[in-house]
Order: sequence, then structure tokens, then C-alpha cells
Amino acid sequence: MTISRRVLLAAPGALLLPATTRAEQQKLAAALRDFTGGKPMREGRVRLDVSPLVENGNAVPITVEVETPMTAADHVRRIGVFNERNPQPNVITAQFGPRSGRAYLATHIRLATSQALVAVAEMSDGSFWSQRVEVIVTLAACIEG
Amino acid sequence: MARVLLRVPASVEKGAVIELRALIQHVMETGYRPNAQGELQPRDIIWTFTCRYDGEVVFNATLSPAIAANPFIAFTTIATQSGPVSFTWEGDNGFRQTETRHITVT
Repeated sequence: MTISRRVLLAAPGALLLPATTRAEQQKLAAALRDFTGGKPMREGRVRLDVSPLVENGNAVPITVEVETPMTAADHVRRIGVFNERNPQPNVITAQFGPRSGRAYLATHIRLATSQALVAVAEMSDGSFWSQRVEVIVTLAACIEG
Repeated sequence: MARVLLRVPASVEKGAVIELRALIQHVMETGYRPNAQGELQPRDIIWTFTCRYDGEVVFNATLSPAIAANPFIAFTTIATQSGPVSFTWEGDNGFRQTETRHITVT
């Protein structure tokens, strides 16, 4: 991945942000455990598309897509998106089936601050796949009235 | 009634994977924001979105306060047969709205 000039310029700002606390990490881990039922989660197959540098946290476009043939025998059952540092770890959970055609989901979300986003997909064979993306937010949601 | 923007193809080939897009006007008040008096404004969000195609549920999503105001959701489905496609949003304070469009499959 090449680092764009924009990301490079925002980097000093990111260094000033407080590090993620243990409580926030535990909250995210608990939400992921709720979704997977404690089953192991592997990296891969899921593609979470979000701009690495977000100017306005009030409406951040995200896209989740999963590599799958989407047949009756092999499809995605659920996709969940989670965050680390919003007041709540859950963002969206969507149900899919063979009639979906593709495992594709797009929406606009809020981000309270720079943080990690995790997308998890549950396959019809019961396995879980995920991708984690770090996002830098310059104007946060939830703070201004 | 809240305003709704939908993108549903009017006519498609049988078996094609079509993208459906839905946006509804809604504040999605998180419940974490103070008002001018410094008191927290009560939560008012849409918490579930369902799409039915010819009566069968083809997509369902559970939303949270982390979804932006005027929630936008895009997803895909397979064009199986001509019929109605309905979108239902349900939320706090008894919010419930359903919009229907017709798809012609050729």
C-alpha cells in the first residue's frame, strides 16, 4: 500500500490521540464474541472498504464484500461490522442467503474518533472470516451538538 | 411519513443480480448527544430494516446508533420473478414505514 500525502500529513495528529484503552479493546472483543459465539475468526475473504482518512465522522461510506459463490451449499449467512471507540461497539448486522446473489453491503456510518473497524462474515459452514481496518477521523461525530 | 429514496430497477433479466439501494429521512438520534440544556436527548433510531421480494425476506439488517442520519443501505438480490419488492423500516417511538416497488423480470 502506498501512503498518500493526505495520510502522511494527518499522521502527526494521529500520534497525539490517546491510545486505545484496555476497556475499549475488551468491549470490542466482547461484541465479536457475541457475534461468533466464541468460535475462532480468521483473517481474509472479507473486504471492508472505507477511506483511510475521513474528514467528517458523521457520515462515513463503508462497503463490505465477501468472497463466496453464494450458492445454497456455500454462502454467507451474516455480516457484522464493529468499531472500537464509539459509545457502542456494534454498527450493523445483516442477514444474507443464497437469494442475495452477492455478499455485498454498503451503508453510511458514524465514527466518534480515529479507530479500528472490524467486519466479520459468518459462512454457511459455520466458519468466521474478518478484516480489520484502521481509520483516521479529523472531524468526529457525536461530540458537536 | 418520512421521505424515501429508492433505487430499484424497473425491468431486469431473469437470474440477474441486481443492486437495491434505500435511503430514508430520519434523525437517528444516538442517545449520547446533549441538547442545549445539557441533558441527553433520548435515543430515536431505526433499528431494523427488512426487504421482502415477492413476500419472501431477502435481506434484513439490524442498525445501531452508529448508523449515520438518513440511513442508507445498499445490497443485492437475484431477480427471480416479476413481483413487488417492499422495504420496511422499524424504529423507536413506534416508527414503521413500508415502501413498495414493482420489478418486472423478463
